[in-house]
Amino acid sequence: MNLSNSTELICFLVLAAVVVSGSMGVVLLENIVYSAFLLGGVFMAVAGLYLLLNASFVAAAQVLVYVGAVNVLIIFAIMLVNKRENMKPIEGLQLRRLVSGGVCAAMLALLFRVVVKTPWELPGPPAIGEEATERIGEHLFTDYLLPFELASVLLLMAMIGAIVLARRDVLVEDVGTGQPVDQGLIEKSDTPLLPDQSIS
Amino acid sequence: MSKVITFATNAVATLGSGVDLEYSFTNVFQGLGLSPQVAHLLWLPLPMLLVLFAAVVGVLVTVWLERKISAAAQQRIGPEYAGALGVLQPLADGLKLLVKEDVIPARADGLLFTLGPVLVLVPVILSWLIVPFGQNLLISNVGVGIFLWISLSSIQPIGLLMSGYASNNKYSLLGGLRAAAQSISYEIPLALSVLAVVMMSNSLSTVDIVQQQNGVGLLSWNVWRQPVGFLIFWICALAECERLPFDLPEAEEELVAGYQTEYAGMKFALFYLGSYINLVLSALLVSVLYLGGWGFPIPVEWLSNWLGLPLDSPLVQVITGSVGIVMTVLKAYLLVFLAILLRWTTPRVRIDQLLDLGWKFLLPISLVNLLVTAALKLTFPIAFGG
Repeated sequence: MNLSNSTELICFLVLAAVVVSGSMGVVLLENIVYSAFLLGGVFMAVAGLYLLLNASFVAAAQVLVYVGAVNVLIIFAIMLVNKRENMKPIEGLQLRRLVSGGVCAAMLALLFRVVVKTPWELPGPPAIGEEATERIGEHLFTDYLLPFELASVLLLMAMIGAIVLARRDVLVEDVGTGQPVDQGLIEKSDTPLLPDQSIS
Repeated sequence: MSKVITFATNAVATLGSGVDLEYSFTNVFQGLGLSPQVAHLLWLPLPMLLVLFAAVVGVLVTVWLERKISAAAQQRIGPEYAGALGVLQPLADGLKLLVKEDVIPARADGLLFTLGPVLVLVPVILSWLIVPFGQNLLISNVGVGIFLWISLSSIQPIGLLMSGYASNNKYSLLGGLRAAAQSISYEIPLALSVLAVVMMSNSLSTVDIVQQQNGVGLLSWNVWRQPVGFLIFWICALAECERLPFDLPEAEEELVAGYQTEYAGMKFALFYLGSYINLVLSALLVSVLYLGGWGFPIPVEWLSNWLGLPLDSPLVQVITGSVGIVMTVLKAYLLVFLAILLRWTTPRVRIDQLLDLGWKFLLPISLVNLLVTAALKLTFPIAFGG
């Protein structure tokens, strides 16, 4: 076994251990903030696995999308509603844990069976390496065009939904004086939302 | 070599076909009776250590420049006694931070508090991987190139949020949240303006991007073909570095020092180092993307042709390499100078103005810029890299 092969093996073992233990931590830790940060670590380790598979573009995209966008927004949301309070006790928590643990175990068994039963071609097809970026682009705009465009529609729907939810509470009348508020003012962030009361 | 692309095993820093530093280095050690693998292993850390050293020296120079230029802008003298013209002052600052007590607040979260600054610094240093100082003078010419920098710089907000949260201080938390919001909103126009450049050079690799600009020297630099993209990139880079006019995350009048409030000693130094390395890195990348990178205003190939010297003779190679390094650093430091001047002459924007600028102005403009670039590329394929 030469140097690069053993490096590859060690990297794989370390990354796999990080992914498995990190995911367990995400699910089992009591503190939600720790879970969120650990999730970022797991995403990074998955990006490392992509690197090992010689898919550097996918690895970079994984870091950009999952760590840089998804995980940051999750942490952002947790911190915006940051209240250090104990969770209310949930009814039948033990039963719920048992059920979800059973579902996860069944899933694991299924995947394990797939892994063992599938006749894998070893060694796999040669990696395209640096060309991968172009090939992904070609596929996205030819035979995978429909899913690609559908994903954009999905994102647009999510965005409109978010705006509708965020815009729900528009003040119709001033809390202090009871006068109607000029709705046009809400767009102008430089001017105060409520009418100036210092004059009266 | 196996097919594995890890950052470590791909490290190559050679000077083209004429002078091959890696080859001669490993040859020397094989001459001493070591196996080729061990010799290669000994070579691997060298380019990385060199770049790390260059980054730290770059920071020291920038800190000195910042102190001197700010002094000049305010009609002071600035540091004077530590070395000639105070050049050793940054070193003294660093030493002071090194020996200061490392305080962790009593109610803070010790683990996250320590991890935060590390997460801020490491991605920035890793991004130096793709900065080319010459044709073959970079640690790794990875195919994803500039995309690697964009994705690595997106890790930083996690470290900022982490340290803001772990400090258990409302100013820190607000600073961390602001930093994350700012970083997310300015990453998009930044990436879109990079995309326009990538579209023109048909490659993500920084080496290809520079080569595409150096056809006829000064006139073929991207700044003439992408003036809007250049401005967008520069504004966004300043915002990503949290430099004034965009230093809201640490606005000292409002937030004490933002996410850095509770930090002292070496952990504070890591933030400090990270922000300055990031500034130098951004300046280097502006010069790579828009100002021709290592290119001399008149192509070196023309000069060597006129002088009748072959391009692959060792002397010409060494001169070309040095000119490349000097040009890259010179362009970057001109931009750093501009950033420092901006810091000491502009007022800070408000948070709503910052977000308005990012989402309602820079984002549409950069989208239009991308569209126009695509149209120009189709219409004038000669000038816009068809």
